[in-house]
Amino acid sequence: MKYESQKIAYAYFAVAMGLFAIQVIGGLIAGWIYVSPNFLSELLPFNIVRMLHTNALIVWLILGFFGAAYFLIPEEAEREIHSPMLAYLQLIILVVGTLGVVLTYTFNLFEGNWLLGKEGREFLEQPKWVKAGIVVAALIFLYNVSMTVLKGKKTAITNILLLGLWGLALLFLFAFYNPGNLSLDKQYWWYVVHLWVEGVWELIMASILAYLMLKLTGVDREVVEKWLYVIVAAALFSGILGTGHHYYWIGTPAYWQWIGSIFSSLEVIPFFAMMAFAFVMVWKGRRDHPNKAALLWSLGCATLAFFGAGVWGFLHTLHGVNYYTHGTQITAAHGHLAFYGAYVCLNLAIFSYAMPILKNRDPYNQVMNMGSFWLMTSGMVFMTFVLTFGGTVQTHMQRVVGDYFMDVQDQIAIFYWMRFGSGVVVVLGALLFIYSVWVPRKEIIEPGAAETPAE
Amino acid sequence: MSDTSLIDELPGELLMWVLIISELLVFGAGLIAFMAVRLTDPAGFAEAQSHLYRTGAAFNTAVLVTSGYLAAQALNWRKVARRGAARLALIGAALLGVMFLIIKGVEYTGKAAQGITFETHPFFMFYYLLTGFHAAHVLAGVGILLLVAWRDDARNIEAGAQFWHMVDLVWIMLFPVIYLLG
Repeated sequence: MKYESQKIAYAYFAVAMGLFAIQVIGGLIAGWIYVSPNFLSELLPFNIVRMLHTNALIVWLILGFFGAAYFLIPEEAEREIHSPMLAYLQLIILVVGTLGVVLTYTFNLFEGNWLLGKEGREFLEQPKWVKAGIVVAALIFLYNVSMTVLKGKKTAITNILLLGLWGLALLFLFAFYNPGNLSLDKQYWWYVVHLWVEGVWELIMASILAYLMLKLTGVDREVVEKWLYVIVAAALFSGILGTGHHYYWIGTPAYWQWIGSIFSSLEVIPFFAMMAFAFVMVWKGRRDHPNKAALLWSLGCATLAFFGAGVWGFLHTLHGVNYYTHGTQITAAHGHLAFYGAYVCLNLAIFSYAMPILKNRDPYNQVMNMGSFWLMTSGMVFMTFVLTFGGTVQTHMQRVVGDYFMDVQDQIAIFYWMRFGSGVVVVLGALLFIYSVWVPRKEIIEPGAAETPAE
Repeated sequence: MSDTSLIDELPGELLMWVLIISELLVFGAGLIAFMAVRLTDPAGFAEAQSHLYRTGAAFNTAVLVTSGYLAAQALNWRKVARRGAARLALIGAALLGVMFLIIKGVEYTGKAAQGITFETHPFFMFYYLLTGFHAAHVLAGVGILLLVAWRDDARNIEAGAQFWHMVDLVWIMLFPVIYLLG
C-alpha cells in the first residue's frame, strides 16, 4: 500500500462483504420459499425477503465501488484522498440509511409518514430521509474523489471511473419522484437501476478491470487506455437507448420495440470487448503477478459478464421473443448471471486484489479464495441453466399453451428444487470467500511442486 | 505488436470508427427489420410508400452527396494550407446540411397534414424512425462541421468529414430501400 488513505477501502469492503453475506442468505431463504411457500409467511413475507435480496445486492455493490475508488484513486492520482474523515462520514451515513430502510420496511414503521414511512413502491423503496441521506453521502463522495483527482494526476482510468460514479449519483435523483401510475413508477425505476447497470456501471466496471489488468499483467498503460475508450464508447452507444427494451409492454409507443430491440442487441458488444480485453492483456502481459486469485476473478468477471449480461440478455431482448418470455424465470436466469458476472465478480476481484495489500499479507496465492470462485461460479452457472430450462417450460405452458400461472408453477417445481440446491452451493462459496479473505494468515504454496519427479 | 499496428493504420480517430461501425450496425439492423416486416404485408407497404415525396428525397440525395464532396475537399485544401477555402467548404457543407433538413421538414409537415403518424402503418413507423434518426444525425453533423470550421486543425476536419460521410452513407442506404423499392 503506497498511500495511507487507501486504508479507507478496508472499511468499505468490510461492510460490503457483510451485506454480501446477508444478500446471499436472503436469496437462499427466497429460494426455499419457492419450494415451500408458507415458510416464514407471517414473519418475513416473500416480498420483504426479495427486497432484502435485491437491495442488499445493490447497496453492497455500490459500497464495493466506493471502496474500489478509494483504493485505486490515490495510486492513480499519486496523492492521498482529499479527506479521509469525510470518507468515513460518508460510510456511516450509508450504513445508518441502510439500517433505516431495512427496519422501516420489515416492521412497517411510521406508516403513512411522508418523511419517515414507506413509499409503497416495489422498487426504489426507501423512506425520504434515507433517500436524502444517500444524496448527501454521494455528494460527499463525489466532492472527495473529484478533489483528489483534480489536484493529482489524471489518468484515463480515473476519468472514466469518475464519469461512471458521477452518473451513478446523478441518476439516483430519479428515485425522488414517486408517480401515482404503476407504469410510470417502473419507468423511473429503470431510469435509475437500468441506466446504472446498462450504462454508467459499465464504465465503472471497465475502469476497475483496466486498473486490475494494468496491475496484474503489466501491459503498457497506453494499450489499456485504448481498449478502455473503445469499450466505454460501445457501452454508452448501446446502453442508453438499449434500456428501451423495458418499454415494450407498458403503454409506450410501438417504436420502442424496435429501438429497444436494436440497441439492446448491441449491448453484447461492450461485454464481448471487455472479455477480449481481459484475455488479450493476460496473453500479452509479461508480469507474473503472484495474486492469481485476483486474476482468476478478473477473467471470470469478464467472461461471465459476457455470458450473463451479453448472451443471456440477448436471449430475450428482442421484442418478438420477450412478448412470450417477459417476467418468466428466463428473466430471473439472466438477472442472476448478469449481476453475478458483471458486478459481483468485479467486486470480488478488487477485494481479492486489495485485501491482502490492505491487511499486509503478501506473499499470497489465495488457493482457498480460488476454490470459492469455482464453488460460487459453478453454483451460479448451474442456477442459470436450471432457471433457463424452467423458464422455457414456463414460457411454453403459460404463454403459448395458456395454462394458469399457479398450475405451471406446480409443474416446474423440480427446477425450483434444483435452484435451491445450486443456491446452497453459492452461499457456501460466498462464505468461503469471506473466510478466505479475512481469516487465514500468510498463505503461499510453492510453485513447481508438480514438476518434482514421482520417485 | 502486430495486431495493434492494423488499428494504427486506420486514418483518423479510432473512436470515430467505433462510432461509424456502431451507427452502420444500428441503421443496418433497422433496414433489415423494415424489410422483414415488409414481407408480412407487401401490399400495405406499397400503398403506404406511394404517399412518399420521392422527388424531394431524390433532390435531398443530391444535396447531401454534394455536401459530402465539399467536406472531403475541405480536408484536401486544409492539408495544402488553404485554410480559408477549407473553412468556406465546411460552411458550405453545413449549409447544404441545413437545406437537407428544411426539405425533410417540408416532407414531414406534408405527412402530418395528411394525418400520417407513427401509428398509421408499420411502414410509417419505420419511415419516421429511420429517417428521423438520420435527420438527428444530420443536425448533429451540421454542428460538427461548423465546429471543425472554427477549430480547423486538419485532424479535426478529418474526424468531422468522417462523421459526415457516415451520415451520407446511411442516407444512400435509406433512400432506395424506403423510397424506391417497389
